Amino acid sequence: MSITLTAERSRTQQAPVFHVVEEHAHPEGSSTMLGFWIYLMSDCLIFAVLFATYGVLGGNYAAGPSPKDLFDLPLVALNTAMLLFSSITYGFAMLAMEKGRVSQTQLWLAVTGLFGAAFLAIELYEFAHLIHIGATPQRSAFLSSFFTLVGTHGLHVTFGLVWLVTLMVQVNKRGLIPANRRRLMCLSLFWHFLDVIWIGVFTFVYLMGMLR
Amino acid sequence: MIDTSTVATHPLFGRLTLESFPYHEPIVVATFVAVVLGGIALVAALSYFRLWGYLWKEWFTTVDHKRIGIMYMVLGLIMLLRGFADAIMMRLQQAIAFGGSEGYLNAHHYDQIFTAHGVIMIFFVAMPFVTGLMNYVVPLQIGARDVSFPFLNNFSFWMTVGGAVLIMVSLFVGEFARTGWLAYPPLSNIAYSPETGVDYYIWALQIAGVGTTLSGINLICTIVKMRAPGMTMMKMPVFTWTSLCTNVLIVASFPILTATLVLLSLDRYVGTNFFTNDLGGSPMMYVNLIWIWGHPEVYILILPVFGIFSEVTSTFSGKKLFGYTSMVYATVVITILSYLVWLHHFFTMGSGASVNSFFGITTMIISIPTGAKIFNWLFTMYRGRIRFELPMMWTVAFMLTFVVGGMTGVLLAVPPADFVLHNSLFLIAHFHNVIIGGVLFGLFAGIYYWWPKAFGFRLDPFWGKVSFWCWVVGFWVAFMPLYVLGLMGVTRRLRVFEDPSLQIWFQIAAVGAVLIAAGIGAFLLQIAVSVWKRRELVDRTGDPWDGRTLEWATSSPPPDYNFAFTPMIHDNDAWWDMKKRGYKRPLGGYKAIHMPSNSGTGVILAGISVVLGFALVWYIWWLAAVSFVALLAAAIHHTFNYHRDFHIPADVVVRTENERTRLLSGQV
Amino acid sequence: MTPHAEHHAGHHGADHHGHGEHEGAHGTLGSYLIGFVLSVILTVIPFWLVMDGTILDKNMTALAIMALAAVQVVVHMIFFLHMNGRAEGGWTMLSLIFTIIVVVIMLAGSLWVMYHLNTNMMPIHDPSQLP
Repeated sequence: MSITLTAERSRTQQAPVFHVVEEHAHPEGSSTMLGFWIYLMSDCLIFAVLFATYGVLGGNYAAGPSPKDLFDLPLVALNTAMLLFSSITYGFAMLAMEKGRVSQTQLWLAVTGLFGAAFLAIELYEFAHLIHIGATPQRSAFLSSFFTLVGTHGLHVTFGLVWLVTLMVQVNKRGLIPANRRRLMCLSLFWHFLDVIWIGVFTFVYLMGMLR
Repeated sequence: MIDTSTVATHPLFGRLTLESFPYHEPIVVATFVAVVLGGIALVAALSYFRLWGYLWKEWFTTVDHKRIGIMYMVLGLIMLLRGFADAIMMRLQQAIAFGGSEGYLNAHHYDQIFTAHGVIMIFFVAMPFVTGLMNYVVPLQIGARDVSFPFLNNFSFWMTVGGAVLIMVSLFVGEFARTGWLAYPPLSNIAYSPETGVDYYIWALQIAGVGTTLSGINLICTIVKMRAPGMTMMKMPVFTWTSLCTNVLIVASFPILTATLVLLSLDRYVGTNFFTNDLGGSPMMYVNLIWIWGHPEVYILILPVFGIFSEVTSTFSGKKLFGYTSMVYATVVITILSYLVWLHHFFTMGSGASVNSFFGITTMIISIPTGAKIFNWLFTMYRGRIRFELPMMWTVAFMLTFVVGGMTGVLLAVPPADFVLHNSLFLIAHFHNVIIGGVLFGLFAGIYYWWPKAFGFRLDPFWGKVSFWCWVVGFWVAFMPLYVLGLMGVTRRLRVFEDPSLQIWFQIAAVGAVLIAAGIGAFLLQIAVSVWKRRELVDRTGDPWDGRTLEWATSSPPPDYNFAFTPMIHDNDAWWDMKKRGYKRPLGGYKAIHMPSNSGTGVILAGISVVLGFALVWYIWWLAAVSFVALLAAAIHHTFNYHRDFHIPADVVVRTENERTRLLSGQV
Repeated sequence: MTPHAEHHAGHHGADHHGHGEHEGAHGTLGSYLIGFVLSVILTVIPFWLVMDGTILDKNMTALAIMALAAVQVVVHMIFFLHMNGRAEGGWTMLSLIFTIIVVVIMLAGSLWVMYHLNTNMMPIHDPSQLP
């Protein structure tokens, strides 16, 4: 805002100012949060394709099992709980980071990681069970799109865990320097974004599936 | 998981065998020999002149948006030659394959050629050219020193190269897709295309797509965050505006392509049933999804070019652009509307009257903002003092040609007409009319316009005019016959013809293609001649066209840091405003300048990605696993490097700026 | 962003250098807890509606859980992702709105187009009619 004002003021003066004498640097990383947010928006569209595919093909059971035969809602509820807990613990990590408390941040990050790992373990168990009873991704278009949508979310969580561990190592090495804070904030966006996607998954895939 | 029962895979080489090399295709072998000889000559020359170190340090690892922009242009030019070779082979085949003649290309080869032509021209010619120009020009136009994420920029470029490399490899190892440029299933499914072609297609596009998406994010951030003080959104140059909208489209559409291709690869590799004919799959869902990406892609190509025409028209008419605000709004409206028309690519699919009429109407609506732009350019020229330099010549040729292409597009937007013309050569003529007459002509206008900025000398006008006339006349001769043939009902992608009365039209089209070849030749000759005569053609002022936007405030070529002092903007045509109001270039007070440092990680990551892609194409699972882990490790390793910047010392800035002062005073 | 959180962000604004830092991107303990409680409630209700299955009829349940999901997405956006119209000069909000438009076009468009295709071209595709 102040920059615009300077330009406006200079217009009224006799000799217009055409350059900034005081170095006006764009501080390193000043675009990072916006850039990462835009990346998340693009990721959102990947999920949108998968949701659209599930929406169109999700009813094509090909005389195979349907959601009612397969989904175990208590398990999904447990899974959802894991993800919600991991969200609030990541929030605590961010609060600790803002106060500059390294070990507290690390602790909450570790807890977040454990919840994330639990989520993945439950999901893998579910997948293994489905494949075991013959509901494989190859069985029908419904199962293809189910496994791909839920699996892509799971892959994102896996990637988030790899990233989380990397960041914990980096915080351990260098502390909460601005670069690391920025990275933790990006991962925070990523983690909470996966939560939002999961809301779509449990609503449209699992709950609506039971209603079909 | 993989259905390996049909394909024998070796544990070490996957399905790669000696038979995979097309040594029985004489044309491919001859090309291969030529490429190898040329490659050896190039490597020898680079080694002899000891240029490897220079190339690596100054170019391959650079994070300078200008050099990356130039490298994109070089990539586009190289791939243009490949794509055009495919084109002229098709024209020749279709001109002679009459009256029982099979022509000189067998079906296996011909089908690869038309697929490769489309894929290469869109993804590896038009996209790199457009991205290259945006990369080069946008930071200069907004008074920035680099893009928001300089390393990412380098990485994006090399991923694009990676995709191109994989496509070139497919020429000599295995085969390319024989499915047409969008690889529609069920043809592209494993059941009907069990060979490597479609896999090359998928992985080349996925690797290049990563680069394209990231460069889109990068340029959006650059435009949003790095504008010089005073440059409000409505004071941005039009090219920057169209670049912004283009990159928004890139970021909001390439993920759709990525996801769709992932689904196709799952069908091929894992045996899922998204786009199969069995077990509930729907091939038409692929068509639906790919065009949700595909239509915005059309505007990704054309919007920046509209920006180029705006800059060129206003500069060479010596006037402010007519209707700046309407131009901006037209661009934004096109950006949003481009998501509402995708179904016009498959009216014949059978969605019924209501769906077809909706998309037919939106398609006609989208031509309105485009038409508004044409009128803006015409009104800019009206009563202007027009200088018919090469960029302006291309612009006028564009206006004449593109309008015809646009009109045939509106014809095709009428569903009943489309039912007749769908998949005919009329369609081929239409989209070449807008892509060559629009995108390519615009790219040439841009190349001629900004060349002096990038290299410090103009391109030789004589050979430029030769190239121009060959291209424009060649285009009309090559594609008007296709409209005629299309109206007579000839469909696309045919290799041999029965009806001898059609042959004359194909022969005329082939003559047109030869003329275009002469145009490309003249263009290359022009570059060579201009480099030779660069002292005569030199531009010392940095402002050879009496330009209006900020890039012309810098020297030609601009210094690494672009601007010694960040400029302050008061007007849309910032540089014009500065010249008019007696701007004096500052001659002292320089300070050290903070800049990003070079990095070789981009090259390494892209290199590993190519290996990963190759391994996946050939089912070499161990190599795929190793390269995937390596990719992850290299990426993580890169994040442990926190020292990514340096300062250009003040005395270097002083020396550079004093040199410019000397040049400028020598000119007066 | 709650006024409380905004105050907090302003408090910490001093150690941000330059323009363009991500203003107001932090929550407080209170805002995180509010968000958590709300999202737990908004998760439990739809699961309960479906698992019990007798409270509402099918269509009403479907509508209810979709509405609850939409509300929960907004809750997450505000309390966890700290979305507001001012961060990054409004660009994050603008990009979010644009993305939502594209997503809606894609979902609604695909369903519409493919539904019409299926009814026109493949009338036996109703799963109940399959053998």
